[in-house]
Amino acid sequence: MSVGTAVLNILVFPGFLFLIAFGLAGEFVDRKLYARLQNRVGPPWFQPFADALKLFGKEDVVPEEADRRVFHLAPVFALAAAVAAILYIPLWGHAAVFSFDGDLIVVLYLLLIPTLTFFLGGWTSSSVFATIGAVRAITQVFAYEIPLFVALLAPSLLANTWSISGMAAYYSAHPWLWLVNLIGLGVALVALLGKLERVPFDIPEAETEIVAGSFVEYSGRRLAFFRLAIDCEAIVGISLVAAVFLPFGLNLPLGFGILVYLGKVLVLLAVLALLRTLFARLRIDQMIAFCWKVLAPIAFLQVLVNLIVRELI
Amino acid sequence: MPNKDKIVRVPIGPQHPALKEPENFMVDLRGEKISSVAIRLGYNHRGIEKGCEERTYVQDIYLLERVCGICSHSHSTAFVQAVEEIAGLEVPARAKYIRVLIGELERIHSHLLWLGVAGHEIGFDTLLMYVWRDRELVMDLLAELTGNRVHYAMNVIGGVKRDVTKDQFVRIASVVDALEERTKYYIELAMTEETLAQRLSNVGYLSHEDAVRLGTIGPTGRASGVDRDTRRDDPYAAYAELEFQVITDTHCDVFGRTLVRLGELMQTYSIIRQVLKQMPDGAITVKAPLRIPAGEAVSRYEAPRGEDTHFVRANGTDKPERVKVRAPTLANLQSVAKMLEDGYLADLPIVVAAIDPCFSCTDRMIAVRGIAEEKTMNWEELVQHGVRWYRERGIDPARIVMRGDGLA
Repeated sequence: MSVGTAVLNILVFPGFLFLIAFGLAGEFVDRKLYARLQNRVGPPWFQPFADALKLFGKEDVVPEEADRRVFHLAPVFALAAAVAAILYIPLWGHAAVFSFDGDLIVVLYLLLIPTLTFFLGGWTSSSVFATIGAVRAITQVFAYEIPLFVALLAPSLLANTWSISGMAAYYSAHPWLWLVNLIGLGVALVALLGKLERVPFDIPEAETEIVAGSFVEYSGRRLAFFRLAIDCEAIVGISLVAAVFLPFGLNLPLGFGILVYLGKVLVLLAVLALLRTLFARLRIDQMIAFCWKVLAPIAFLQVLVNLIVRELI
Repeated sequence: MPNKDKIVRVPIGPQHPALKEPENFMVDLRGEKISSVAIRLGYNHRGIEKGCEERTYVQDIYLLERVCGICSHSHSTAFVQAVEEIAGLEVPARAKYIRVLIGELERIHSHLLWLGVAGHEIGFDTLLMYVWRDRELVMDLLAELTGNRVHYAMNVIGGVKRDVTKDQFVRIASVVDALEERTKYYIELAMTEETLAQRLSNVGYLSHEDAVRLGTIGPTGRASGVDRDTRRDDPYAAYAELEFQVITDTHCDVFGRTLVRLGELMQTYSIIRQVLKQMPDGAITVKAPLRIPAGEAVSRYEAPRGEDTHFVRANGTDKPERVKVRAPTLANLQSVAKMLEDGYLADLPIVVAAIDPCFSCTDRMIAVRGIAEEKTMNWEELVQHGVRWYRERGIDPARIVMRGDGLA
């Protein structure tokens, strides 16, 4: 692969520009569905784009007591990590832009970086609300990351590879075997709610308690970067779940392949929007208890199931 | 930032998304747990009581209606009842029934508003949207009956201003039927929804003894088993002729307060049906004098938030000598600090919201004589004092340049 193609991949497709456009469109679908489920009208299709543009034009205030360098860099790192992660995920077809054995772990760690930047950005902005939000964000990581890791690693046990592209190849060679992983799909979606900090796990930015959590002191384009990073993270997370748990329709011609991929993303977006409509926000102690006592055992059950199935095949 | 004792002090308010009015809770946190709370009021003092002394009785009705944007009918009814008692006016029976009707419709809109706010405070925005959509039914109905969605202006001294027609009876009945269905659904939701139960049960616990000791009233007290309701204990308007139950609960927590309010809604629907059936024909007002004879009276009214007390002293002129308003929030506020003890920060918004607070109704200014140096300032002096106060703290208001300055 030449340097030119690599730069194009990173900056245009499926990297920066494509992902941002896709992420904003995804935000629209989520907000519209959320609104319709709540009996509201919801925003017009260009609202997320307009919000982002508006934020880019707004004044950017940095608190005097904040650590300027970390405060400035945190949003950029968040967005960069989300963009980097998509390069290792096959969207339609078997092959991602880059792949090697073990890229599943890399993607999971890249997806962890935005949450860490929420923590760093909140902690260094020296506001008491941001500090509490930051501590909650980092506490929440320990709750949902483990079920998420275990749930995503279970299908790779069956495929006997730690490469997402390799898993896609294995599961299209063995159609219908993905049905074994349905428990893991459920766990991964719930854990994804925690990663994306949505109701019932929007504890780090609980509006009625700590205003906006880590983002309290952020404004203007840095806030826009954070919001874009969250939108992109949502798409990357959903694409990852789709690639690992819904590996069908990968051998279709390009046009159909794209349609099937978009269909998967839409369905998963709809499920996430439905889940956040249904519940009240949990308390951080309840969230951790739920993740450790309910979600993690279910994820381990999936591992057990996959180990047994592997012996049988 | 955390200090040696690992205590973080968080200022909730005076400006905060959880609070609809300015007030201040200084919360000391140990991790996520609250170690102490200091409540500070006084950001919203409006001088209404003093204002009443400088206006006529008729003007005072409209001023007192604006004490609260939600229980506006409660305050105006409490006031006119006191004035009518001093003047010895016998209010026509039909007017009494109309007062009950508007008062109960107001209770519906207040309790539904509370349920929506409670949903929002625990991050359950879907509940907020659903409840407030249903609340529009009763708001539209009130607008049709009185001309206004919020400040109804139905009371005059000696009766009510507008009559209710036969057509309107039909619409009231249909709205009540529709809302009863919805309320049953919300009761079922409160009983079965798992995350709702997790966030409401055992939160903001207030034992029966504490509820009595701290003088809590209204749904807050009734959820801790304080069996008091002015409508039954000291009936006013037409309540003596109506049958209803006083809903109490023994959960003593926010969940109990939710159940009490939902239960009261069901009773309210039954009261309105009785009003529609029993309302007598006849005049809706008697002639009232402009000058009220000297005397004084206390009037009690069961507002949606609890007992509302007005004291009026007349001196024979067309203006009252003294009006004293005790809004229900004042009685319930003391219990909040008790409820928050050993609670979580995450529970603070819902615990505060669960007493259904109305802080601007409660704010009063009290001058304690003989303790501190007494000083009065006029407006000019007050501005100068403010400028000086900030300069001493290193902020010079004269040097603040707004970003848009010089552009226009």
